[in-house]
Amino acid sequence: MKLLRAYERPESLADVPFRYCPGCGHGIVTRLVAEVVDELGIRERTVGVAPVGCAVFVEEYFNFDMVGAAHGRVCPVATGLKRALPDHVILGYQGDGGLAAIGLAEVVHAANRGERVTMIYVNNAVYGMTRGQMAPTTLLGQRTTTTPSGREPRRDGFPLKVCELLAGLEGVAYIARGTVTSPKNVRTLKRYIERAIRTQMEDEGFSLVEVLSPCPSNWHMKPLEAIAWVEERMIPFYGLGEVKACTQKS
Amino acid sequence: MGERTLMKGNEALGEAAVRAGCRFYFGYPITPQNELTAYMAKRMDEVGGVFLQSESEVAAINMIYGASAAGVRAMTSSSGPGISLMQEGISYLAGAELPCVIVNVMRGGPGLGNIAPSQGDYFQATRGGGHGDYRTIVLAPYRVQEMADLTTLAFYLADKYRTPVVVLVDAVLGQMMEPVEFGELDLPPLPPKDWTVGYMMGRPKRLVTSLHLAPGALERHNLHLKEKYERIESEEVRWEGVCLEDAEVVLVAYGTSARVCLGAVRKGRREGRKVGLFRPITLWPFPWKALREVAERVKAILVVEMSLGQLVEDVRLAVEGRCPVHLLGRPGGGVPTVREVSERVGETLDGGGDEVVESL
Repeated sequence: MKLLRAYERPESLADVPFRYCPGCGHGIVTRLVAEVVDELGIRERTVGVAPVGCAVFVEEYFNFDMVGAAHGRVCPVATGLKRALPDHVILGYQGDGGLAAIGLAEVVHAANRGERVTMIYVNNAVYGMTRGQMAPTTLLGQRTTTTPSGREPRRDGFPLKVCELLAGLEGVAYIARGTVTSPKNVRTLKRYIERAIRTQMEDEGFSLVEVLSPCPSNWHMKPLEAIAWVEERMIPFYGLGEVKACTQKS
Repeated sequence: MGERTLMKGNEALGEAAVRAGCRFYFGYPITPQNELTAYMAKRMDEVGGVFLQSESEVAAINMIYGASAAGVRAMTSSSGPGISLMQEGISYLAGAELPCVIVNVMRGGPGLGNIAPSQGDYFQATRGGGHGDYRTIVLAPYRVQEMADLTTLAFYLADKYRTPVVVLVDAVLGQMMEPVEFGELDLPPLPPKDWTVGYMMGRPKRLVTSLHLAPGALERHNLHLKEKYERIESEEVRWEGVCLEDAEVVLVAYGTSARVCLGAVRKGRREGRKVGLFRPITLWPFPWKALREVAERVKAILVVEMSLGQLVEDVRLAVEGRCPVHLLGRPGGGVPTVREVSERVGETLDGGGDEVVESL
């Protein structure tokens, strides 16, 4: 019975099949967010903000009120929602194109205002929905459709570490980077997500959880190869763990 | 009606917004609308509302999007360059059917242009500078009292039709002082906001979005929007006529240009010239039908605008060749004078008849 319960669909997930590609990390992240919202008992006072890109589907997947934002504009939309609904939990869900490229100014300023919102930031080192272009987070040497011979720093700049960029801002209360490559890492990631949302509920400041996530389709790998690539290439560069958790009361 | 107070146009607009129940203002500094931001910052503090100076106009319009999705009355203001940055957000607001009020205190363009009064954003406002098939209601006040009244109306129409409403003014109106009274407009009750996010309390989840991926879904949504726009066009056209009954030449102008034209009508009438004024108050929906009827019985129309031939295009579409349409356009911060307009009226009456649309 216990085993069966563990695989039940959280109430915060709508009864629709995921359309994420096989082996994509988004499915795990989306489910973890739903589980945490259920466990905190906040589903009816949570509003999610969906981005443009692969994660646009969370508009349908989450079973709580959702708002679909323009590309990169999740943070200001979340800001407007939070100011109008201060007793609600506002959850943004974005990829690396939306948050780290076109929406970078928006996330920096939301973080700097200490906006009481939580961003789930899925970094798979590539633009997924548009079929594999270079993202700000693409690793050096990584081949994409727009860096066919590999990302070259003199031409393309360096991969962007968003957590470290934001951690220095005073409005930021909680920042962590996790991944989905093993059951242990998934459990740790879930703990980060819970702490980030609690940070918002405790009115402590801006919170963000980055997830290093595989994209087998656009990396042109099998799912297991993609998981190995996250572990062998992404984790050594980006690192895992809580980058800033200085104001947690809990 | 309340007491008459002397106020700047920008401040009267802000006060009307507060009285209309707007408690959420998001904006970024730009001249010539800074009095409005300063006024809103002060008043939001006093009434317990939210004033947030955003990091950009892009952010401001998206904050409006979020606040509006939660069901509150929200407003932003800017001028041409900032309004250009907001166009993406306005398209999303129109698509997601979110009400809000956007004030454009127009300055000279293109580009950085200057900070002088202009009406060069007429196309941007009435045609929608953003992408996709959409419309926004555009209200054009021409004196400080109307800046207040049309702002009240803007919030009402935004909620009634679930659509962004643009209040289009220029730097002259924004910064001039006139007496204003804040009264209650007699407006019918609004439909309940049964689409907003937050406070689920047992109901099914709601989704506010402009995305319609399923086959045929976007076309259905577009047709739904079209039906709404047609309803607006049939119910919300507003315009004002001055001395139209026996007019031989009719001036068509809005905003500051209309004030100048009013002076020219008075001067012309004193001098025995049969001149009248047709002033669109809603630039969209444009008063096509009313203007067409006027065009049936006049010798000529003279369009006066602080831009180089934008309003005149709608006038020509309305007139459909029923009478000659002339243009007096002053761009880049130039404001037409009563003398200029009067001279052109004289030329039109004496030698008019050609259909050449010309600019100054």
